[in-house]
Amino acid sequence: MAAPQFEVPKLSDSALTEVPEVQEGAMSHVKAFVAGQAAQEFLGYPWELGDDWKERVIGRMGEVLQKYRSVRVFLDACVHCGACTDKCHYYLGTGDANNMPVARQDLMRKVYRRYFTLPGKIAPWLVGAEDLTRETLDQWFNYYHQCSECRRCSVYCPYGIDTAEITMAGREILNYAGYGQKYSNEILAKVQKIGNNLGLPGPALEDTLAGLEEDIEMDTGVPVKMPLDVEGAEILLVTPSADFFSEPHVESLIGYAKVFHAAGVSWTLSSHASEAGNFGLFNGSYEQMRTIAMRIRDAALELGVKRIVVGECGHAWRVAYSYWNTLTGIGYGGDDPFAKQLQDQLDPRYPQPMHICEYTWDLIQQGVLKFDKSANDHRVITFHDSCNVARGSRMGKEPGGQFTIPRNIIKAVANNFHDMAAETIGESTFCCGGGGGVLTDDLMEVRVKGALPRMNAYNAVAKDQGVNFLALICAICKAQFTKVLPYYGFDMGQVGGVHQLVSTAIKLED
Amino acid sequence: MSTLAVFYAVLFYVATLVLLGGLAYRIYEYSRTPAPLKIPTTPAPTTRAGVAYRMGREVVLFESLFKSNKWIWVFGWMFHVGLLLVLLRHIRYFQEPVWFWVEIVQPFGMYASFAMVAGLAGLWARRFLVDRVRYISTPSDHLMLALLIGIGLSGMMMTFVSRTDIVALKAFMLGLMTFDFQPLPTDGPLLVHLTLVALLMIIFPVSKLLHAPGVFFSPTRNQTENPREHRHIAPWAAALEKNKP
Ligand code: SF4
Ligand code: SF4
Repeated sequence: MAAPQFEVPKLSDSALTEVPEVQEGAMSHVKAFVAGQAAQEFLGYPWELGDDWKERVIGRMGEVLQKYRSVRVFLDACVHCGACTDKCHYYLGTGDANNMPVARQDLMRKVYRRYFTLPGKIAPWLVGAEDLTRETLDQWFNYYHQCSECRRCSVYCPYGIDTAEITMAGREILNYAGYGQKYSNEILAKVQKIGNNLGLPGPALEDTLAGLEEDIEMDTGVPVKMPLDVEGAEILLVTPSADFFSEPHVESLIGYAKVFHAAGVSWTLSSHASEAGNFGLFNGSYEQMRTIAMRIRDAALELGVKRIVVGECGHAWRVAYSYWNTLTGIGYGGDDPFAKQLQDQLDPRYPQPMHICEYTWDLIQQGVLKFDKSANDHRVITFHDSCNVARGSRMGKEPGGQFTIPRNIIKAVANNFHDMAAETIGESTFCCGGGGGVLTDDLMEVRVKGALPRMNAYNAVAKDQGVNFLALICAICKAQFTKVLPYYGFDMGQVGGVHQLVSTAIKLED
Repeated sequence: MSTLAVFYAVLFYVATLVLLGGLAYRIYEYSRTPAPLKIPTTPAPTTRAGVAYRMGREVVLFESLFKSNKWIWVFGWMFHVGLLLVLLRHIRYFQEPVWFWVEIVQPFGMYASFAMVAGLAGLWARRFLVDRVRYISTPSDHLMLALLIGIGLSGMMMTFVSRTDIVALKAFMLGLMTFDFQPLPTDGPLLVHLTLVALLMIIFPVSKLLHAPGVFFSPTRNQTENPREHRHIAPWAAALEKNKP
């Protein structure tokens, strides 16, 4: 870990994070890297602000207002009550005024009022309306990349105003003006060119999987397979590409493979759909999101699978659970030929898509999987609810299954489990600080400071209950905490996946 | 009829038209704008009935606000419930005979005005005392509170201090509704009250008061959480499937 260029916040004495005083501009110096020509052009955006950038911004904003009711209603309905002001982890970690959710919205709202509402046209000073200036546009860029689109603010707003929707709209408009973010847009280009966010080509994937099969067999003596592109397999597993080679992600991939093996089911990965992640969500681009999600539909049709299961990834699960049916017809209830073509192929006895945790928990309940819980006895475990899973999706049949199912799995495979403070889990969970396209080194200060509320809650259970393992179901959470835990004095080895725990305890037969 | 009465008659016709026309337009606009993706804040109800129940809790109890901040909740709820009772009480000025339940509400409505103004005062105090709320407050936020408190206080003046000729006022209001114009009493508190109310009606459709219809159109609260079972698709998004499958 390089010496930080900024002050790392101090952990508090309790699980909760004190609300800081408002500091104007405390984070205005932090600016994500701007996307270059190649990525912008590939995605069909200009790559620098032209003379007409203002018209482009206002024009695109008008289109977004026509297309998204959320944006229109949210920009109108806010009463500036202030209930959301202390709910964002980036505000709690930085104290920057513009990291209060309502202030983040106001960066757009002041322009909306000026160009799209009557009072803002007549008496801008009265209603906080302002002309669009280059300075405002820069603020958009800076602060719409200090929001992880985690939706925590939307839980607490009396009108359900979701700042994530505004951030997404902001990024979409910035892209149209030629002011994209390097990290997200390069990934968006990579996944469309090569098939996954890491840019891992098919042959490399094949090698990696073969290597993993050898490792597992050496470890356990059981020939657990990692099939790729198998036509006619029952299950297609779509997982974040980080699972293929990042630590600790790969441990969970091994866990999924062992579960499939123990269930005796035929399954496959796809080289065409080797990415569950979908950064189109982060940029608020329906079209990009759809194009990327179509790869999964195509792979499912090509391989003729009956079920689609998704690996551990927060935003990917939100896109899969909440949007795949809309975007690509993966799900049920479509009466159009496009949707039917796929839906008729899928096995109606199972939900589509299915989260790997739902899959594993079903098998546990049926008694199909056997565990040696003591294998996890060196771990004292807590579970971090990923924001996108908690507030943007579900698992199981009942609302809230996204909270109980992963915990049930952990308790089925390990003996020591403690939850963090109630105010910091479930629907109130704090984002890891690296979600929503913020997971890049140029935003390290945002990431470290934004992790503070979670770190305080973790520190409390570490001190009081001796917790030493932070169980996760998200590739971004895993990467973020691995990087950020050391800033707060914890070992990065304390981070891992829920299926890593499954992998440790599962009993396999040949 | 005096010039003054004519002025107020015109003012109230205009205010009513702007309020109803403006709100109708907004509601049309909100309902016409699609919500292309399923974005309920989860955990969310999986049935229409569940959604109605969730929305009911939001609108009646301010459930999310309660989770969020007890002070804002107390003041906000006091204000809104007070306002509701006061409005119900006012129905008596627009009908003859008066519905029996409006008679029942009458005494509560009179004292509810205290809750209403106290709630508003609490909300206003927060705009000065809490640094975060001070930072986000715009001039219009302050003026809106001043306007509502002005309406409340001028109304209370008439109820509790210097009574206006309520029979004449009622005749004026009923006259407006039947185009049978009657004279208007001219005492100060009444004219202030009427002016501020008309102003409020006029700015309603272009101000943050749109939170009232807005909450019903908020996709994070009004969507059913069933994306795996139902294919939800907006017309502009369905067109993408036709263009490039
Ligand atoms: S809680 Fe909602 S209404 Fe209140 S300030 Fe925040 S966004 Fe606006
Ligand atoms: S969505 Fe999350 S990161 Fe963005 S403003 Fe709301 S709480 Fe903060």
